Amino acid sequence: MTLPADAETASRTDAGGRPRRRASSFARLVSDPLGALGLGLIVLTVIGALLAGVTGQDATALNPIDRFQGPSAAHWLGTDNLGRDLFTRVLAGARIALTLSIGATALALVIGVIAGLIAGYGPRWLDNLLLLVFDAMKSVPTVMLALVLVTMTGPSLYAVLLVVVIVNAPAYGRMARTQTLAIRSSEFIEAERSLGAKGGRIMFRHVLPNIIGPILIVAAMDIPVVVGIEAGMSFLGLGVRPPTPSWGSILYDGFSYLRESPWPVIAGGLPIIVTTLGFTFLGEALRDTFDPKIAGRK
Amino acid sequence: MTRNTALSIRDLSISYDTPEGRLRAIREVSFDVARGGITGLVGESGCGKSTLMSAILGLLDGAAIVESGEIWLGETDLLTLSRGEMRRLLGDRIGAVFQDPMRSLNPVLTIGRQMTDIQFRHRLSRRTKRERAIEMLHKVRIPDPAARLDRYPHELSGGMRQRVAIAMALMAEPDLLVADEPTTALDATLEMRTIELLRELQQEIGCAIVFITHHLGVVSELCDDTVIMYAGEVVEAGPTRALFEAPRHPYTDLLFACDPARIRERSRHLPTIPGTVPGLIDVPPGCVFAERCPERFAPCGRLHPRPLRVRGSEAVRCHLHDPEVTS
Amino acid sequence: MWLYFLKRLGLAVAVVAIVIAALFAMIHAIPGDPARVALGPRASEELVAAFRERIGLDQPILVQMGNFYVSLLRGDLGRDAVSGEPVLRILLSQLPDTLYLVLGSILVAVVPGVFLGTLAARHRGSLIDRVTSVISVSVMSIPAFVIAIYLLLIFSIELQWFPAIGAGEGVLDRLHRLVLPSLALGLAWIGYVARILRASILEEMNEPHVRTARAFGLSENRIMYDYVLRIAILPTITVLGIGVGHMLSGAVFAEIVFARPGIGKLVFDAIISRNYPVVTGAVLLTTIFFVLVNLLADLVIAWLDPRVRHDLAG
Repeated sequence: MTLPADAETASRTDAGGRPRRRASSFARLVSDPLGALGLGLIVLTVIGALLAGVTGQDATALNPIDRFQGPSAAHWLGTDNLGRDLFTRVLAGARIALTLSIGATALALVIGVIAGLIAGYGPRWLDNLLLLVFDAMKSVPTVMLALVLVTMTGPSLYAVLLVVVIVNAPAYGRMARTQTLAIRSSEFIEAERSLGAKGGRIMFRHVLPNIIGPILIVAAMDIPVVVGIEAGMSFLGLGVRPPTPSWGSILYDGFSYLRESPWPVIAGGLPIIVTTLGFTFLGEALRDTFDPKIAGRK
Repeated sequence: MTRNTALSIRDLSISYDTPEGRLRAIREVSFDVARGGITGLVGESGCGKSTLMSAILGLLDGAAIVESGEIWLGETDLLTLSRGEMRRLLGDRIGAVFQDPMRSLNPVLTIGRQMTDIQFRHRLSRRTKRERAIEMLHKVRIPDPAARLDRYPHELSGGMRQRVAIAMALMAEPDLLVADEPTTALDATLEMRTIELLRELQQEIGCAIVFITHHLGVVSELCDDTVIMYAGEVVEAGPTRALFEAPRHPYTDLLFACDPARIRERSRHLPTIPGTVPGLIDVPPGCVFAERCPERFAPCGRLHPRPLRVRGSEAVRCHLHDPEVTS
Repeated sequence: MWLYFLKRLGLAVAVVAIVIAALFAMIHAIPGDPARVALGPRASEELVAAFRERIGLDQPILVQMGNFYVSLLRGDLGRDAVSGEPVLRILLSQLPDTLYLVLGSILVAVVPGVFLGTLAARHRGSLIDRVTSVISVSVMSIPAFVIAIYLLLIFSIELQWFPAIGAGEGVLDRLHRLVLPSLALGLAWIGYVARILRASILEEMNEPHVRTARAFGLSENRIMYDYVLRIAILPTITVLGIGVGHMLSGAVFAEIVFARPGIGKLVFDAIISRNYPVVTGAVLLTTIFFVLVNLLADLVIAWLDPRVRHDLAG
């Protein structure tokens, strides 16, 4: 494959050499129909999130007279059990879902990668200890973990954040550790060390740029899972608190009045499906484009 | 084809489509295997032996392209057969033994199950098929054959596994046996015993054998004829004795020269010759061996040598023996 | 074989013990007095004290944990904080419904998953392969609870093909009510099964023993179903073992959406009412179940693969 060589030249040449490589990778990415579709779905979600608040309606304004309406010119997706406009709520939900899933993934990534770097670069006993912690964190079933954690923190966005970090960080930590171990004794790291570079500097200036690529792709592929965790926890009443609109809580409200009107459920579920499919398709295309090596992962 | 040839390969060229271009794995390969004879096919790895074997067995993978040539088994050109027709010949008129006895038997099925499965052409009872299998294992001198039938491949020793593979290949009494380095994984003593066994069974059944190897000692011991391949071409072919006594092609010469004890000493690997094998995507226009040849002269770099019949050898691709070039 | 089994069992016991310790630590990290929280602000001091004593909260945490381990060995998971019933009895009464659900989900995952995985492998690189891959990825990415609600909406409310509520009475009724929840939990795993099976079939197809089978003229069907699938299915069994853990998680949603009794519903209700003995018991039971299923998956692989069996014996 020509990719590793590509990546190496790009990291060596000045900033002027980079945009072209990016452009060609981007072209490759969208030439995959699934990648293009995924990107389209995500752009749709992002536009929705940006537009939240411009529908001229308040996402939390109650209007009991108009409850359980079907789609109309005034209410594109109908209204819920309290007469709130579902389209407005879905857009507001997009903002929460996107910020939270990307933010939580980023947080899990930072924590996981730092722990992984330390495990891979640090002393043996620390490595073993961190591995044990990674394994223990992964062995707890997500929903059970969420349920127990929420009894400690109370339902909130932070509970969701915490669950995501505990569920996802170990995988990034493991990847970072394995890759760090693989390159820690390579020639250029040895050279840096002989020049007197400190551990921290080596880890962040030299090891990190070389190992982060595949981990970023795996993290991107985890975003749909995080969207699912947020929606699921909000559905169970463990995440975002009402009246703040989350797709999960829209679904729960709709589920309680399913026999009255199908629209709230449809409005709450569709964006979850659109977003998870979008991120998954894009993630698959990203992986195929940038790192055929990890194509075997589930 | 004459009545006396079991297998005749004529002008066979096979390529693979790769991202880097068309890889010309074997080019203009021709040789005959006499009925009931044993032909040794010698060459370094990557010389096209395995492509040739896959072609004979109709097991070329999807990326392979047969550019030209014929493979005659008796009166049939195997390359013109459909997949179904080819399958009817395999395991019936053609048998095969592969290199790695550990991995070439199914690891999760018993020996007995695999030996009865390959008798699917015969309308016999399970018990009869089992008895035939036991009888065949007995022939390849496996002690206590009835008990071995219920064993899995990994429970047998390497030598025993290879004998099971030979038993399976010869059970249908084929006209032709293709053996791909069947003894490479064995130690010297076992190797000799396996060779003797093969020779014995071959005489009993009367099948022809194509014996692919890079072990010269085995060739001299076992084979009636020898074909030397280099970088996808047959560089020299002829009766083993004549070829070993007076090799005509510089490559063959070097093979033997690097091996001081020659026939007696059983070297495990081919000796090393300085230089590298040419890439097969852009095959050089002249002789494929020119770059490494100690006797190269002017035409070798630009003119591709044609196969010549020289005393002792039936075909040599070398300008040294071409009166039109040397004169 | 026995040594291997004992080793695996020992590891399983260690995992369960760690989970218990973590649970204890978590519950004791909850701010405020659990007894007070459980009984509500209007309960009298005496009542709270009696409650604390009854569920052992008055003792130091290590003693509590020790007591818990000891009583666990006697099969005693404590008593329900509200009704006073033994937790184990409550759990066991709810367990079968969750087990049926998980079994149903595995069935939903395996049958179409194996079919699609085999199909995709046989037509590698074709349109069929591409379509199968898109289907696999799609079902894998949509959260199970969204699928559950949509199934409920379409097939129970609108089409009325399936009843919406409860686990049912009698075999046929139970099976009928099991269809939608199993589908909701199993659907994603069709994708996982199809994917891993396709990959391992393609890998196994490159093994020399397949070439040998072809060289004997065995038919492609026979090679695929008798010679290759027998080996290629092994990683799928491991994946399904892990899948059971996710299905147990998903069961919480499926049991709430379809108003089915079961461990998931039980633990959710127990959390809401701060019924800690039931929470601890339920989390423990699901963990033990999950660990046992993975142990079982390994044993099944050892049973199906004589090579593993051989290595274990040696």
